[in-house]
Amino acid sequence: MPVNEGQVMQFQFASIADFLSMNGHGVYVWIAYGISFAALAALALQPALRRRSMQRELARQQRIQQRRRERTQARPEPLAVSE
Amino acid sequence: MAWQWFHRLGSPRWFYQKTSGWLPWLAAASVLLLLVGTVWGLGFAPQDAKQGNSYRIIYIHVPAAFLALAGYYIMAFSGAIGLIWKMKLSYAVMRAAAPIGAVLTFIALFTGSLWGKPTWGTYWVWDARITSMLILLFLYVGVIALSRAFAREQVADKACALLALVGTVNIPIIYKSVDWWFTLHQPATIKLTESSSIDPSMFYPLLVMIIGFYCFYAWTLLVHTRNLILQREWRTQWAQQVLRGEPLGDAG
Repeated sequence: MPVNEGQVMQFQFASIADFLSMNGHGVYVWIAYGISFAALAALALQPALRRRSMQRELARQQRIQQRRRERTQARPEPLAVSE
Repeated sequence: MAWQWFHRLGSPRWFYQKTSGWLPWLAAASVLLLLVGTVWGLGFAPQDAKQGNSYRIIYIHVPAAFLALAGYYIMAFSGAIGLIWKMKLSYAVMRAAAPIGAVLTFIALFTGSLWGKPTWGTYWVWDARITSMLILLFLYVGVIALSRAFAREQVADKACALLALVGTVNIPIIYKSVDWWFTLHQPATIKLTESSSIDPSMFYPLLVMIIGFYCFYAWTLLVHTRNLILQREWRTQWAQQVLRGEPLGDAG
């Protein structure tokens, strides 16, 4: 039985336990909402994770380049010592 | 002059910078609307006379199904633009739309299945509406699989666009399936031309959820597209600046 029939903005359940059980339909309703919001959250978070891995990859590549540059600078070039 | 915006729209960098400012607004709007709609739909909307409380699944089911279908149009349309004008950006939009559409279609099917158990007595039935939605899921998954199947990006883009375009045949079938065939699925609750068969006290929270899902869709589509752009422009100076968190100059 809905509480306060006719009034729209009224909480429809007598207690929290009532709200959770929803006359036996609670299982279906809550699982539907839970899984749906989990899926939406995954959709929202995936780009952030992907972006972080791109940032790590870029930093890694730049470290490698930097090291390569340092190595070539340390080694004297043959033409430079001809004088 | 009139075409300048069109060429600019094709520029990934211009798009990336232009959309930065929209993201927080879209994110805030979708969180707020989805929160209000969920609380309203779960706790404050009246119980359905026939279906009891199980009908509350409608507040997820219908918006997700709406966006699953609208998202397919967006994916196929941007694929077509990519094929016709060879626009890199529209291919990025097409690819971003695929996983989002797949998740929304999954949500529509999953919540529908949970709604079916207390209402029809079964989780699944091979009827026209449900089967055509399952085909929609396969089309989305097919586009995702195709986009990963080719070593060359351009080839993958074209293949995805073709599959997406061929798959549009399914969309009118989904819309009309409840009218053309005998089905357990109830006919459309909301109609644009006639008055809706739903009470305002149940309809307003649904409207809030639908607008919330639209905002969420726009936000995730932008975020996914921007990520794909960065991935594709990986070698360019501006993309590396963005990834390092440095401010970008004006794109011009």
